[in-house]
Amino acid sequence: MKNVYINSVGSISAQKTFDNTEFLNEITEYNDNVIFAVNPVYKDYIPPAAARRMAKGIKMGIVTSKIALKEANINQVDAIITGTGMGCVRDSEKFVSAIIDNDEQYLTPTPFIQSTHNTVGGQIALELNCKGYNFTYVHSSISFESAVMDALLQLQLDEAKHILVGGVDELGDHTTKIHKIINHIKPEAITPTNLLKSKTEGAVFGEGANFFVLSNEKSNTSYAEIVSVKTYNTLKQEALKQQAIAFLKEHDLSTNDLDLLILGNNGDVNFDAYYHTLSETFSKTPQAYYKHLSGEFNTASSFGFWLASKVIKTQSLPEIVRLNGLQTSQYKTVLLYNQYRGENHSFTLLRQC
Amino acid sequence: MDALKQELKENLIEQLNLEDMSPEDIANDDMLFGDGLGLDSIDALELIVMLDKNYGIKLTDPKEGRAIFESINTMAAYISEHRTK
Repeated sequence: MKNVYINSVGSISAQKTFDNTEFLNEITEYNDNVIFAVNPVYKDYIPPAAARRMAKGIKMGIVTSKIALKEANINQVDAIITGTGMGCVRDSEKFVSAIIDNDEQYLTPTPFIQSTHNTVGGQIALELNCKGYNFTYVHSSISFESAVMDALLQLQLDEAKHILVGGVDELGDHTTKIHKIINHIKPEAITPTNLLKSKTEGAVFGEGANFFVLSNEKSNTSYAEIVSVKTYNTLKQEALKQQAIAFLKEHDLSTNDLDLLILGNNGDVNFDAYYHTLSETFSKTPQAYYKHLSGEFNTASSFGFWLASKVIKTQSLPEIVRLNGLQTSQYKTVLLYNQYRGENHSFTLLRQC
Repeated sequence: MDALKQELKENLIEQLNLEDMSPEDIANDDMLFGDGLGLDSIDALELIVMLDKNYGIKLTDPKEGRAIFESINTMAAYISEHRTK
């Protein structure tokens, strides 16, 4: 089996992450319970005639794909694999609202065309003229990890050389309103540094896209090696510690072998206990978190994956993401753990290459 | 008629997401499809729905659309003659 490398990254998030020469040098502050992505100049990447019908999620996906391809110094990939929890939710809302408001008449084609989950992957393929394997995983908060697992299998078995893999989700007004009503979104406005001090249920919602060129050939642009990804639909909190230890053991590692643990804490008092369990399990390991910068969304873990990649490549951990005060001289082995509302858990293990 | 033409230009920009365009950028006799504004077949469907929704005009023969949607002038003339609301 071949090794698999993260050869490039492309990110659009609530922080200015689309510039690969920077690494969280400048933090975009907010005081809110819903945060939007910091937009690049989309026209620099997508012709205006093509962009005019594209929803934000599609634009974010295409731009991050192009950034990743450029950094990997390749023009084409063998496959495009996308993870998204909600797909093009804004156009879905527009389409359904039009059905209701216009009494099932006067329906226009554009929002309908754009309302499917696989529109992002399809539009990326059209932009890149990529006729290869194109698949979209819609698995809630393990959508991105499912996409990575698919790519990992294909690359390990040498069925493909370069695969574009990413996670993308956009905020939609109506969906956001519903999440506020059912307390999935925090009732109060929060600043990034106060997220984990919050004593309320729910999370700060966000949006973004993170795409990566994964390859079974190491290059001078490589960030890290993907050792393994494991997902669970259900996992009891009591079993989490044992599962984490077992996952590491599968790769001949113990809790003392990690240089960094990156957790998906979102400040929800009802579900952050999962993360606290792992924080205690790895109490001697430096730890980081990121949802205070990205917000919570189904593919927020792709931002965590971006963070881990940057940490390993730059061998630096920005102060803003530190979860504990522990320091280390090197970031060689990094474990990511994420879950959302106690379901759809994932472990991702990366290694310096 | 001038008010209708202005309204059509504003609706066109909004319905078809013609970003970075203002009504002043569209001349009354500019070709809407092809070399002019460069609208395509999906836009044509949007325009047919707009005619029905805003002016109560149902286009039953798609061939009619080609002449009606030639320019703002032709659209305004057709709407003035056939509108039911």
